[in-house]
Amino acid sequence: MNHQNTLLSVNNLKVYFRSDDTLARAVDGVSYEIRREETVCLVGESGCGKTVSALSILGLIPQPPGEIAGGSILFNGQELLGLGDEDLQKIRGNQIAMVFQEPLTSLNPVFTIGDQIGEAINIHENIAEAEVNARCIQLLTDVGIPSPAERMSAYPHELSGGQRQRVMIAMALACNPDLVIADEPTTALDVTVQSQILKLLRSIQKERAMSILYITHDLGVVANIADRVYVMYAGVIAEQGSTENIFRQSQHPYTQGLLASLPTRSKRGQRLHSIPGTVPSAAYKPPGCPFHPRCPHAITRCREEYPGMCDYGGGHLARCPVMFKNDQWCK
Amino acid sequence: MIEESASPPDYGLEQPLAPRRTRLEEFWLLFRQNRLAIMGLIIFILFFCIAFTGLLLTSGSDPVFDPSLVRLQEKLRAPFSKPHLETLRPNEIPTLGIYLLGTDDLGRDVFSRMLQGAWVSLTVGFVAVGISVIIGIFMGGIAGYFGQRHIRLDQVLVTCLLSAGAALVFFNQAKWGAVLLVLGHAYIFYLLLMRLIAVRKIPPKRFELLHLDTISIDTLIMRLVDIMLCFPSFFLILTVVALLPASIYNIMIVIGLTSWMGTTRFVRAEFLSLREQDFVAAARALGVDNFRIIFRHMMPNAIAPVLVSATIGIATAILTEAGLSFLGFGVPPPHATWGNILSDGKNFIFDAPWLTFVPGFSILVVVLAFNLFGEGLRDVLNPKLRERH
Repeated sequence: MNHQNTLLSVNNLKVYFRSDDTLARAVDGVSYEIRREETVCLVGESGCGKTVSALSILGLIPQPPGEIAGGSILFNGQELLGLGDEDLQKIRGNQIAMVFQEPLTSLNPVFTIGDQIGEAINIHENIAEAEVNARCIQLLTDVGIPSPAERMSAYPHELSGGQRQRVMIAMALACNPDLVIADEPTTALDVTVQSQILKLLRSIQKERAMSILYITHDLGVVANIADRVYVMYAGVIAEQGSTENIFRQSQHPYTQGLLASLPTRSKRGQRLHSIPGTVPSAAYKPPGCPFHPRCPHAITRCREEYPGMCDYGGGHLARCPVMFKNDQWCK
Repeated sequence: MIEESASPPDYGLEQPLAPRRTRLEEFWLLFRQNRLAIMGLIIFILFFCIAFTGLLLTSGSDPVFDPSLVRLQEKLRAPFSKPHLETLRPNEIPTLGIYLLGTDDLGRDVFSRMLQGAWVSLTVGFVAVGISVIIGIFMGGIAGYFGQRHIRLDQVLVTCLLSAGAALVFFNQAKWGAVLLVLGHAYIFYLLLMRLIAVRKIPPKRFELLHLDTISIDTLIMRLVDIMLCFPSFFLILTVVALLPASIYNIMIVIGLTSWMGTTRFVRAEFLSLREQDFVAAARALGVDNFRIIFRHMMPNAIAPVLVSATIGIATAILTEAGLSFLGFGVPPPHATWGNILSDGKNFIFDAPWLTFVPGFSILVVVLAFNLFGEGLRDVLNPKLRERH
C-alpha cells in the first residue's frame, strides 16, 4: 500500500462513553484509511459509531462523558489524538472540514450566510475584507446558489433546506481543506435535492482534488459516490473494500443482509428482506462476534471468539471467518 | 435523477421573490400592535429626553434652572403660582416666570429639582442594570458553557492558599502572608508551565489525590446565585450603603452587584440548550475558539430574555434608588433625586401635597413605562407568547 498517498489513517480507535454504572463502547477498535482524492463511505445502522469515529477525528467528542480509550489518528503524518485545543482549532475547518446532517439547524440563525462563510475564512486566513467577500461569492457560485451576491445578506431562514446544505458545503470548502467529512449530509433532504447535492460533492471533489469521508446509512448513496466502502457494525468494521467488492462480492453476512434488504425491481411484489433482531447496545455487546445473534451462518465458535479480519485480496476484507471457508480462524 | 445545469436557467431568480423585511421591521410590526408597550416606549423616550436636557440645564456654575437656589421668603408655594417679584433679587427669579411645580420648604424650585433628579434616576437605572447584565452574562455564560467541567482539588487548595495569604497581609502579618502568596503563585506558574510542555494531561499516580474533582463549575455558580437570592436584597443594599460613603456611584455599583442573579439564570438556561445546537458544533468544526463561540455565536441567540429582564430591571433599580434616597441612604442631600424630594416633602404632606405627589407620580409613571415596555419586548421576542395578542 502506498503510504505517500494516505491522507488520514485511523488505527484501532476506541471511543468509550462512561456513565455512572455503564461503559458504552461506541467505537471499539476501528481502523480505516483515506487516500488523497478519494471518496470513502462509512456505512452502518444508527448507533454503530460512524458519527462518533468521525467526530473524534476533529477532537469534537465531549470529554467527559466520552473518552478516547486508545488508538491513533494520523493526518498527513501528524497524530491528532492528544493535540491541544489550540492546535486542533488550526486544523479544524482549515485542513479538515465537516458538513453536518441537519442543514436546518447547522447555520446560526442570527447571522447572514455571508457573515458565516466569511468567518470560516477569517478564522484561518488573514486577508482583507473585500477579498473575503469576493471569495464568499465565488464559493456560493461554486456550490450553485443563484444570485450569490444578493444571497450574501440573506439569513438562514430565508433559504430552503437544499440551499442551506449548499451553504454548509461552501463553509466547509472555504479554506480549501484536504479532507471533508460529510456526516449524512443528505439525510434530511428529499431525494431530488439529495441527488443534486451528491452531484455537487462529486464535481467539487474532482475540481479541488480533495478527499471526502462520507458517512451514511443509505446504500443507494454509497453506490453513487464511493470509491471505497467501510461497513461498520456495533463499533467495529465488519467489511471493507472497493464499492465493487462490497456490492458484488460481499462476504460478511451483515453486508449481505443489508444488500438483501434493498428494494429492487426483481423483487417487485415480494416482502422486503429484513435482518432479524436489533443492533446490540454499545453498553451490552454480546461476547464473540457482535453480529452472531442475528447471523444466519453463526457457529458455536462465533459466540465465544472474536473474529479477525479475513483478507479476500485487493483490499477487500471481511470480519467473518465462517464465510471465509478456510479452516483457520483469521487473525 | 434530476440533472442540474451548470448555470441555473434565468427564471427571474435574480429578483428576490418576496419583499424582504429586515428583522427590525418585522419586530416593529409586531411591537406596534401592543398599545401599552408603545405607550411605555413613548414615555421611555420622553423620560430620556427630559433627563438629558435636565442634565444640561441644571449643571454648571450658572445653570438655566438652579435646583439648589434657596429663596426662604418663597417657601411652599403651590404649583403654577407667580413669584413675588418685589422680594427677589434678579438672579433668583425662576426662569419660566412661574413656579411650574411649586417650591419646597426652602423655597427651591421643585421643577428644577425634578429635572436634576431625572438624570440621577436614569443613570442609576442604566448603569446598575449594565453592571448586573455584564456580570449576569459572564456568570451565566460560564455556567452554561463550561458548567460540566469540574474544579480540581488542587485548584481549591491554591484558592484557599491565596485568600489566606491575602487575609494575612491585610491583618498586618505581611511575612507569612507573602510566603503563602508566593507559594500559590508558584503553583499556578507550575500548572501553566505544565500545560505548555505536556500535550496529554495524565497526572502522575502520586499526585492523583490533588486532581480529584470537587464540584462542577455549574454547581459553584448556581449555588452562589441561590445564596445571593436568599438575602432580601433591599436590606443587603441598605447594609452595604450604610458601610460605604454615600455617593451616587456606590449606589449604582451596589444595586448592580445585588441584581445579576436573574440574568445569570436566564443566560445559563439559554446556553444549556444552545450548546447542544448543531450550529455550535458546526462552529467548533470550523475551528472557532470557545471565546468566540460564546460571545459571537451563542450570545446573540440568548440575548432576548436578557434584554427583557434588563428593561424591567431598570425600573426596579430606579425604584430601589428612590427607596434608598427616601430613607436617607442615597445620594447625599444638596443633589436632588426623586427619592429625597419625596422624603423632604413628606413632612409637609398636608400643607404642600405637590412635594410628595410630583416625585411620587413621576416614579410611578417611569417605572410603569419601563415595565410595560419590557413586557411588550418579551411578547415580541418570545414567539411562544405571541398568540395571546
